[in-house]
Amino acid sequence: MKKIVTGNKAVAEAVRVAKPDIVAAYPITPQTEIVETIADYVANGQLASQYIAVESEHSAMAACIGAGIAGGRTFTATSSQGLLYMHEMTNWAAGARLPIVMANVNRSLAPGWNLWAEHTDALQERDTGWLQVYVSTVQEAYDTILMAFRIAEHNDVLLPLMVNLDGFTLSHIMQPLDTVEPGDFIPPIHLPETIDPKNPRGYGTIAGPADYFRFRWEIERSMRDAVRVIEETQAVFSQRFGRSYGLTEEYRCSDADVVVIALGTLGKEAEVAVDILREEGINAGSLRLRWFRPFPELDLAGKDVVVIDRDYSFGFGGVLAHSIRSKNMVNVFSVIAGLGGQEVTYDDIAGFIRNRRIGEEYWFGVNGHV
Amino acid sequence: MTAARLLAMAALHDGNYATACPFYGAERRGAPVVSYVRIDSHPIRIYSQIRNPDLIVVLDQSVMQSVDVLHGLKTGGKILINSTHKKDFFGYVTSYVDLTGIALRENLVVAGNPILNTPVIGALAGTGIVSADSAKSAIRSMFSDERNIRAAEAAYHEVRV
Repeated sequence: MKKIVTGNKAVAEAVRVAKPDIVAAYPITPQTEIVETIADYVANGQLASQYIAVESEHSAMAACIGAGIAGGRTFTATSSQGLLYMHEMTNWAAGARLPIVMANVNRSLAPGWNLWAEHTDALQERDTGWLQVYVSTVQEAYDTILMAFRIAEHNDVLLPLMVNLDGFTLSHIMQPLDTVEPGDFIPPIHLPETIDPKNPRGYGTIAGPADYFRFRWEIERSMRDAVRVIEETQAVFSQRFGRSYGLTEEYRCSDADVVVIALGTLGKEAEVAVDILREEGINAGSLRLRWFRPFPELDLAGKDVVVIDRDYSFGFGGVLAHSIRSKNMVNVFSVIAGLGGQEVTYDDIAGFIRNRRIGEEYWFGVNGHV
Repeated sequence: MTAARLLAMAALHDGNYATACPFYGAERRGAPVVSYVRIDSHPIRIYSQIRNPDLIVVLDQSVMQSVDVLHGLKTGGKILINSTHKKDFFGYVTSYVDLTGIALRENLVVAGNPILNTPVIGALAGTGIVSADSAKSAIRSMFSDERNIRAAEAAYHEVRV
């Protein structure tokens, strides 16, 4: 039966049925409800995990790494400053090939203190070797967490996976949720090189100049293989549970002259802008990027491209705009909008598309009107 | 927030889609708080705040002295107000019901404060926003205390245009 829950509750509910062995976490707004709810599940016997209340996010990730090396299924959740504090360990998790699943509730970075949605926190993690996916509804958050364990733990992937949801805009919004019994959709975890007291081995030892690059290449090879594993997993999910997901979500794109690209809830709201523009006779489409790592192949030939970045790389530009430009050899109209929860409506998005200036960058609310 | 969630659940029971969006600021007890609900027969893709509502519910009239709560209400839009007597707002259709009185009558009081979240769902059902059955099942899915149902039923019958 459907119920009405927040994005945070949906994540916690998915974790409950995915049954991790270890959850190690530290609370941070707007993520706290996730780990609080999981702690409740553990305390009242609904989830037979070990919940480790650590003293910092760095330790949360370190605990997940330790549990992962011991062969356990691991989950944590964080946001913003907490994710930054984990950064040393997130690199370690990927290098150690541990399929840790983490929910990151996207929030801006301080100062000034601002608890609202922005993607710069997760995008600063883009070179760590983590898979990254961005969701846009409460249901998608739930479904994607279930798929995340299966994808990350797949033998051809074995990399950590970050599921991103927009702070407040999705974490605290309430929408209908249809829950499932995953059963063998999430098979038992079998990691290849776990600790065995009878057969002691070293972990995290030196890899010299003759070997280190091979480990790096192995990460990249798995990242490339992950595209197939993601597509297979999403196909099986669709067969089993009736809800379909792609590497991207395309809306009225096939015959579009102009396509707007965004992550998360802005990518969903853009669909409403597309409908408005179609009424005006403008052939617009929207392409919501679900997966950011591995970065999907996009077909943008012959289309004008408008990219909305809810992030920024200072001295360079929007991270998403840069990625689209360099991966597809296309010029784009780069819009910087929604930083720190700045209100961006479907009317605003329609305006970005209507008044696009390909090749330029526009800061919403700063440079006057488009 | 609870009222918004209940309304969204009732809409879901009616077979509609709904999104409930609390607006987060620096909340403290007694401060004005706002939450929004969108209801549609299609999946809801809008996350930005509601600027032009069809209906505004005022749980505490005193807030109207400090906040322009009717700002953005569509022309001909509806107002539901917690009041013992009829109120008129030019250009709008106003309903009223004494939610506080109903909560006190049903002894629906927590820490000295009358609880309006459940009776208001009954009043909304009374104005036809959701069905009475869906309002009841939404309340039952969150609260087991039958006083909530009695208060909602009272508000359903007592709401006046």
